[in-house]
Amino acid sequence: MKKAEVELVDFAVTARKYKTLLSNKYKNRKVWNNPNPYEVQSSIPGTIISIAIKEGDLVKEGDHLLILEAMKMQNRIQMPFTARIKKICVAVGDRIPKDTLMIELEPESEADEVQENE
Amino acid sequence: MTLKKNILALRQKKAQVQLGGGEKAIEKQVAMGKMTARDRILNLLDANSFHEYDMFVEHEERNFGMDSKELAGDGVITGTGTINGAPVCVYAQDFTVMGGSLGLKHARKITKIMDHALKMKMPCIGINDSGGARIQEGIGALAGYGEIFYRNTMASGVIPQISVILGPCAGGAVYSPALTDFVFVVENISKMFITGPNVIETVLGEKISQEDLGGARVHAEITGNAHFFALTEMECLNQIKALISLIPHSNQEKAARIEPKKPKFRKNIENIIPADPKQPYDVRDVIFALCDDSKFLEVQELWAPNIVIGFARLNGDTVGFVANQPMYLAGVLDCDASDKAARFIRFCDAFNIPIVTLEDMPGYLPGVDQEHAGVIRHGAKLLYAYSEATVPKVTVILRKAYGGGYIAMNSRHLGADFMFAWPGAEIAVMGPEGAANIIFRKEIMEAEDQDAMRQQKVQEYIEKFANPYVAASKGYIDAVIEPKETRELVLHSLEVSKNKDDHRPYKKHGVPPF
Repeated sequence: MKKAEVELVDFAVTARKYKTLLSNKYKNRKVWNNPNPYEVQSSIPGTIISIAIKEGDLVKEGDHLLILEAMKMQNRIQMPFTARIKKICVAVGDRIPKDTLMIELEPESEADEVQENE
Repeated sequence: MTLKKNILALRQKKAQVQLGGGEKAIEKQVAMGKMTARDRILNLLDANSFHEYDMFVEHEERNFGMDSKELAGDGVITGTGTINGAPVCVYAQDFTVMGGSLGLKHARKITKIMDHALKMKMPCIGINDSGGARIQEGIGALAGYGEIFYRNTMASGVIPQISVILGPCAGGAVYSPALTDFVFVVENISKMFITGPNVIETVLGEKISQEDLGGARVHAEITGNAHFFALTEMECLNQIKALISLIPHSNQEKAARIEPKKPKFRKNIENIIPADPKQPYDVRDVIFALCDDSKFLEVQELWAPNIVIGFARLNGDTVGFVANQPMYLAGVLDCDASDKAARFIRFCDAFNIPIVTLEDMPGYLPGVDQEHAGVIRHGAKLLYAYSEATVPKVTVILRKAYGGGYIAMNSRHLGADFMFAWPGAEIAVMGPEGAANIIFRKEIMEAEDQDAMRQQKVQEYIEKFANPYVAASKGYIDAVIEPKETRELVLHSLEVSKNKDDHRPYKKHGVPPF
């Protein structure tokens, strides 16, 4: 906590900027990202036990996607809304941390549009 | 002749137990840079003051080959002694005896000495160095932990409880320290976690070292679980002695008074705070300028450094300081700072230690991470702790006191007994820039030169409102004082608060926003 050599930074609190130091914890804090509804992420660390869909499938809301085993429980991950499977980013047996992107979705119609454009 | 023989037999028996897990195990312990459990106790307590009990306690497990295992003292040393003449209870887990693992009898030795501390009203110091539950004892070990946690809770706020982590402390074992008042850690020696690196790697495939997961620095800087951080075990033991000499030994007494001393701090107190409100300074310089002998024992120095807490003496009596630290994060309140200060205030209140608050803060830390981390719930702890505290409470506003922060930092409205402000204090609903932008929005928008108009309005606001006199005119501030009068006034206000008698409505207990 010696002030001498360390460079002070501008730190905005409401309308005023203060000269100050940042704590390591503040510097390493998780920066907020707006969640993308087309990304299915893991809500708990665990292991992928099985995958019930393939890329390109059109899947209905509530349908079964995959099983993520965590804390000795087999969690059935369901489709959040009706959409097409764009990409499956995990494989059976993968051990994944929390907030890992498991499946990318795309809107049914937009996928068609993309094809038309091409 | 028989007595003599019996005495010799006793000596031999004691020597056997004192050897713990044997010479080889001791060699291993020392090779890790660790003291033995016994040496730790002897170095902590006054010379020749330690008396050990329950040396001959034995475990009763008969499964898994345990029936043939003799464990010296069942892996823990318990007893009483003194620190600078003050009686304390102490226990130290002995890693050389089956990894210091906790079985039922081991736990019962600990709970027995804790019961003693609670009954006799003296601090209880636990030195943790244990691989965890003794798996062979199964549910017995779990029962043991539970009985310790229960006593930690019963003793909380009655006697000071100190945990010293001098080795591994993992799984359920971590919760006893977490329930105690002060946790001491030593670099490269202390390791605390709920699930260790092996489990994390098995479940997640994430590789992390014990040190990076739950080493001393992690708990001192990131989690806030630790209150005191040391580089060596000896430094750690000296920190404990310093703390014990500053705090009362139960909630029925006050800390021992010592000879008052003038501050050693030689700089002019008027020159500590820069004239520009945007420039930082080290608020500990103000504490040094105020307290006896300029001696300040800072608590949780590395965690949430945007607020400073710790003990010092004023006119020979112990007080707790809570001070915003403009040097870090501009001195804002955030989740961690609120938690840190709130718990400290509750300790001071439980143990009859007056609280001196030094305020210079721009408000709460803005950001999605803070809001989502629950800055509302965490910030509320600080309001709760200050409002609830019945010990003498004195606040000195050094510079900025804006908005919610003004209320939170022991304001008159939360029950401060004395409110002082330095002449440069800015007590206002928010910073002048923000306030002028809102109040004079129309004038600024309509002006030809918006920036000039904004500057003018900010200046107007500063002159009219960003000062201590508006609050003083309403009686929210008792006195606007010169910096050099501060020590004398704080001493005086504590002196006249000696017989403070403040009552709270009857309740079983409050429901603070834990």
